[in-house]
Amino acid sequence: MTKKIKSITNPKLKLEILTPSEVKQIHDATLWIIEKVGVRFPSEKALKIWLASGAEIDWDRKVVRAKGELIEKALKTCPPGYTLSARDPQQDLPLDGNHVFVGTDGCGVEVLDIETGVRRVSRLSDVRDVARIADATEEVGFHWVPVSAQDKPPETRGLHEIKTIWENSTKHVQTESIYNEREARAAIEMAALIVGGKDKLRERPVLSLMQCSAPPLGHDGGSLDAALLAAEHGIPTGFMTMAANLTTGPATLAGNLAVGNAEVIAATALLQLAHPGAPVFYAAAQTASDPRNGSYTGGGPEDFLYGAAGNALSDFYNIPLSMGSFATGAKQPNWQAGLENSLSTFMASIVMSDMMLGVGFLHGSRIWSFAEMMMDCEIFSIIHKTMQGIVVNEETLALVTIAAVGPGGNFLSQKHTRAHMRDLFLPQFMDRRPYNEWEAKKDDAPDWALAKARKILAEHQPDPLDEKISLEMGKIIASLE
Amino acid sequence: MSKEDLFKKMAQSIVDGDAEVAEALAKEAIDAGIDPLEAISNGYVVGVNQVGDSFSCGMAFLPELVMAGEAMKLAVAALEPEMQKRGSERKMLGKVVIATVEGDIHEIGKSLVATMLGASGFQIYDLGVDVPADKIIGKALEVNADIICMSALLTTTMVRQKEVIEELDKEGLHGRIKVMVGGAPITKDWVNSINADGYSEDAIGAVNVAKKVMGI
Repeated sequence: MTKKIKSITNPKLKLEILTPSEVKQIHDATLWIIEKVGVRFPSEKALKIWLASGAEIDWDRKVVRAKGELIEKALKTCPPGYTLSARDPQQDLPLDGNHVFVGTDGCGVEVLDIETGVRRVSRLSDVRDVARIADATEEVGFHWVPVSAQDKPPETRGLHEIKTIWENSTKHVQTESIYNEREARAAIEMAALIVGGKDKLRERPVLSLMQCSAPPLGHDGGSLDAALLAAEHGIPTGFMTMAANLTTGPATLAGNLAVGNAEVIAATALLQLAHPGAPVFYAAAQTASDPRNGSYTGGGPEDFLYGAAGNALSDFYNIPLSMGSFATGAKQPNWQAGLENSLSTFMASIVMSDMMLGVGFLHGSRIWSFAEMMMDCEIFSIIHKTMQGIVVNEETLALVTIAAVGPGGNFLSQKHTRAHMRDLFLPQFMDRRPYNEWEAKKDDAPDWALAKARKILAEHQPDPLDEKISLEMGKIIASLE
Repeated sequence: MSKEDLFKKMAQSIVDGDAEVAEALAKEAIDAGIDPLEAISNGYVVGVNQVGDSFSCGMAFLPELVMAGEAMKLAVAALEPEMQKRGSERKMLGKVVIATVEGDIHEIGKSLVATMLGASGFQIYDLGVDVPADKIIGKALEVNADIICMSALLTTTMVRQKEVIEELDKEGLHGRIKVMVGGAPITKDWVNSINADGYSEDAIGAVNVAKKVMGI
């Protein structure tokens, strides 16, 4: 049975994180950076496209300097919105500026084992388990490859991962762990099997690609080649900056936004120069490095501000956004995790980021926790509810009912109460029990969240992928091994 | 300026992370006929230790440490010709060949470790990024390195760390050359499974790990 997907839509809450003139200042600074400082594109294909477009190229350093007009003109061909297709068409995701979807986070290297709780190296079976659980939740709208299948050969790992997700879920798959042309080509062939041909992928992209930039002001050659190939086939593709204050970006927030923006829009412009009209998205997960040890923080007020600023920029360029939220730096599902994931996700939601990545990690997107995954889903549900705001009308003002109860009564037995009590949010993992009941058990949200994940895994049967398609996918992978 | 005043200024230039001043003071010292080794140990190193202490108690931040390290590097480089002339040599803690492995272009963590180790008295040979195993081992043999440091940010490239260690084992070099690894996906389990000698989650910790694997 098709599970409906929860998304934030028609929000009542708004936030202006940057004024239009501040956005313009960041944009101008970005164009200055691209023209005067340049961005590194270590791919022969990419450099040739830039050359043909009239950009200035330093071939030794593989640095491209392009005039503002060239960038602005190229970005004009970006489609403002499109739909990410799912294996089950009822689970398609419109990226139209009026929906916020959440995905599973990705690229982790370790897992807290769902049975033993012991931390260990991630493997393909974890990719499968996360996919199955995500398939059953209404909060997760699409998949990233959650953890690295380290029991599979490095040269085809990314392909094993997406095959496994498709086999265990009907939802859209976005991979952030395919970053060379060879694997990207195979991934596109695999996606084509699902929709019945490469030409149909353009209409029904059941796969999308996310590539990380190499900050400051650089890209990885394999990533560029993979992205160019994806754009050629109409596979939605985004570049994500993770430029961080102090280390890969300046210490100031505006400067770091400009550095990240330069990475993203320069690469986006490249895709448009090569394949005008190709579906692209803006992706950002900026943060601050810790001033004491330089480490990735995965949270804090800077992240919250970046979470909202990303959409101000992607809106300016009129392209969908994938925003890094969640991804707490906490080592356990604790106070810090709840705080960081709630605020980062709230800030990314209130500005209507199209995609948010994502649920499930501890220790700055390194350690997968099934309990954290479930609790992150609840955070999204709480924000989803909050974003609906307060509805004011005759029915919600409830004057008739207020008059009927009068001073000193209660509202428990009113028909109006019965009609609206289910509008109130009912948490799964918040402790609202009497104190004595808690004291007798001393259990807590992570215990209940883990129990829920285990229950889903034991009971949920995703709609299987056609065995023939699975087999064909297997052959494509085997041909590269 | 008295020698003592000059040394004080040298230490201060490191604390301030002012590479230009540190370099100018080095030249001043040479002109005044001061022994470069004395300038390093009684001047600059005092500053390095001061920044290190202040960092340890949470007062100084990472950028201050990096700037101190870079000022130190330039000061020593300015003193180098004079040391050669006098036939004197700075006693280093050890020789380190450092690189990001083949297929991986992520630089910042590797460069931070190089700076920290350099500032702490190790001789650094930084080969950059995307460096194949044979080049890393070749350089280590050429300079008679004590430690090879390898960084990897991707789960698909961290296997290269293993290849280098296997090659060292095969050639019977692993006892002589210690191996340290690092990078975001690197865990204790990985380090144990590939039989590396040490790893640190951050650049500052790498200094103590390097000293430990050298038995210092």
